[in-house]
Amino acid sequence: MSNLIRRTVGPAAVLGIAALLLSACASSPSPTSALPAGSTKNAPVSGGNLTFAIASDIACIDPQQIGNNDDIAIARQTVDSLTVQDPKTGAIKPWLASKYSVNSDATSFTFTLRTGATYSDGEAIDAASVKTNFEAIQALGAKAVLGSTYLAGVTAIDVVSSNVVRIDFSAPSAQFLQATSTFSLGLLSPASAKLTQADRCAGKFSGSGPFVVNSYLPNAQAVLARRTGYNWGPSVNRHTGPAYLNTVTYKVVPESSTLTGSLQSGQIDASADIAITDLPSFDGNGFWEVNRTNPGVAYNLYPNESTPKLADKRVRLAIQDAIDRAQVAKLLTKYDKPATSVLSSSTPYFTKLSSVLKYDPTESKKLLDAAGWKGGADGIRVRGGQRLSFLVTYWQPSNDQLQLVQQELRAVGIDLQLKFTTIAQATVANNGTQDFTWGNLTRADPDVARTVFAVQAPSQNVNHRTASAVDPLLAQQAATAAPAARQKLVTQALTLLLKSGDSIPVYQLSTTIAASNKVHDLGFEASSRLDFYDAWISK
Amino acid sequence: VRRLLQGVIVLWAAYTLSFFILYLLPGNAAAIAAAGSGDPGSVDPALVAKLRHEYGLDRPLYVQYLVALGNALRLNFGNSVQNGAPATQLVAQALPQTITLALSALPLALVFGVGIAILSNLARWRWLRQALSALPLLGASVPGFWIGLLLLEAFSFNLHWFPSLGVNTPIGLVLPAITLAIPTGAYLAQLLSRSLRLTLAKPYIEQVRAKGASEKRVHLGHALRNALIPSLTLAGVLAGQLLAGTVVTETVFSRVGVGRLAVTAVGARDIPVVQVIVVFAALVFVVVSIIVDLLYPLIDRRIVVGRSALAIA
Repeated sequence: MSNLIRRTVGPAAVLGIAALLLSACASSPSPTSALPAGSTKNAPVSGGNLTFAIASDIACIDPQQIGNNDDIAIARQTVDSLTVQDPKTGAIKPWLASKYSVNSDATSFTFTLRTGATYSDGEAIDAASVKTNFEAIQALGAKAVLGSTYLAGVTAIDVVSSNVVRIDFSAPSAQFLQATSTFSLGLLSPASAKLTQADRCAGKFSGSGPFVVNSYLPNAQAVLARRTGYNWGPSVNRHTGPAYLNTVTYKVVPESSTLTGSLQSGQIDASADIAITDLPSFDGNGFWEVNRTNPGVAYNLYPNESTPKLADKRVRLAIQDAIDRAQVAKLLTKYDKPATSVLSSSTPYFTKLSSVLKYDPTESKKLLDAAGWKGGADGIRVRGGQRLSFLVTYWQPSNDQLQLVQQELRAVGIDLQLKFTTIAQATVANNGTQDFTWGNLTRADPDVARTVFAVQAPSQNVNHRTASAVDPLLAQQAATAAPAARQKLVTQALTLLLKSGDSIPVYQLSTTIAASNKVHDLGFEASSRLDFYDAWISK
Repeated sequence: VRRLLQGVIVLWAAYTLSFFILYLLPGNAAAIAAAGSGDPGSVDPALVAKLRHEYGLDRPLYVQYLVALGNALRLNFGNSVQNGAPATQLVAQALPQTITLALSALPLALVFGVGIAILSNLARWRWLRQALSALPLLGASVPGFWIGLLLLEAFSFNLHWFPSLGVNTPIGLVLPAITLAIPTGAYLAQLLSRSLRLTLAKPYIEQVRAKGASEKRVHLGHALRNALIPSLTLAGVLAGQLLAGTVVTETVFSRVGVGRLAVTAVGARDIPVVQVIVVFAALVFVVVSIIVDLLYPLIDRRIVVGRSALAIA
């Protein structure tokens, strides 16, 4: 497992070189299995039906609109993308585009489409249909929650010839190449672009992927059926022909005890939503598990630097130093890892920054003393009659982890109040006056750090801070296509985010699939979304 | 006519109250939609502003209310902010499943409720009577989801007799229907056994007994009919209980239905969908109450429709 997850600088460089060479050859062999496997090494069996449980459904399975992981598990299987990201190396490789090129300042991207691939309604996948797709996503606007941000700044989509399309940006957008590998920019038939938002959500679209939507009853179940004649699977998977499974049935099971019991009693075959406390019972005993760290920004306590107490860098760094990340990660599954950088270890361009990000309570106390926060009567430090007390309002299932952080901070004299609430109330509480927000963001590209931390829009500016030395670095990495140069900028930016206490990372989010032993080769794609294409089921 | 007018007022009040309550709740659909994308984390304010505008949430509250009310009068409740489908259509899709579940649970609840009520008064042994009269309290106080999980654990996960996930077949309905019937039946049993006890203490019962009627005849022939009236008055409340019970039952058994839809819609602050459900629930309440009014004269000849409010007061 660990060599799959742990990424180094090398492969990341490969990524960019491929981009520079204009044409990463489609013939690049991938003899080894790219995806984490099931329990056996037998040859795949074609046929059979898989029942998979998801915990939630927002009543929409349109790949171009959605953003929640459970529905993505359905939608991802129905569309192919221009490129594919290798889950092992993070490298971008050809998929529906047999060749692609990026200009030196990452403002213009040209894709040459493979021939012979079709949408499930029979239409050819050509350059004009790519243009139709991207224009449809722009028309959806904010409703295409992820896709619309990937296409921000597009000035022109030119159909150069029947199978060549060029996309131009007003400003450098190095993230776009990786974006073309995501389901959000996955291709639907031109006829699907004309459907209403509701019809697209209801699964009435025709996709380009190995599965088609057979039926979809929101909040209950979706049934996907494999497409016969499909033979353009991505090079990073184990095969390229039609999917092995006849059908995949997704059942929506909101109650976690029902989910666990249903998997144990064989009423479902697999799920990625088993509660952490129930996971140990599926490790063996006729079941297997596979885990992958989600790429992107790790779970962070984002300090609000517009508040007086957290405007002081020493206080932010004291908090960063006081958290024993290794202990926090132990509260999760046995697969989970502490944060070792702003980004998680499965993100391309990740480098371990443990030398900067360390557990050092002595240093923490020193910093607080220097900042004038001295021990108070109840063990919590005070300055000028004010207690060193903070509040974080969150909705993510991180109670245990944050409670440990709370204890660790208390040990150096910092009081962290925790308020667990609904997503709706948390978004209200975190209105700009909060002390901290708690969160992460999944994306297999380092540009995700810019969209979270940068001061200049489009960004969340989670720190509510003013421009600093890190902002030019974040902007430059987005404008740099050359991998070695981009790597340098990314590492510099992330180091600075840690050294300035803008980022207080805690642990890395991961996804665990638990499956019965008759399920094989169900795994993850590069963004830790589920991939059913290679999956098969023994009779 | 007066009953119908009252019904309309109830519907309007339900609509208006739910509208403003949903606005008072913290959080709005746009922020949630933006935050729900990808994962957790803080939300991009620009994206929220854009979505707010698209959903029309940036207009003044009274404008939103009047526009929504005007449309609602034409039975247009607007589109779901989650997926753009008409809210009425989403509820109509979920409704048959909930009705099937409620109608399967209702006879069970009636048998359970009426049966316990009669037996707890009629049983020969004192200990049995006491045990039986304790049952309704137990049934009403045990949480529905716990009953559901217990049934699942025993009959689905261990014995494999019934499926655990929302299968819309008679066999798949058994456990959910029982889960839903228990609290509703318990509530009915509490009501009925109390009014049965009161009725049995009335002088006319002594007269019936004096005439030599058997205990069974006293109960079933004479007392039950009179004891039914207070329970019938609360039929609207019972219908409401059944509907509310579907929220928990549908979640535990992964069934699709109005209850589940309500939970997700409230969570996503999907106001159009919540409003359709609230108005529908109010409609059920109004219709059941009117039917009950019409039923009184059939049970007690002394009651005349039109003065019903006075007669039962």
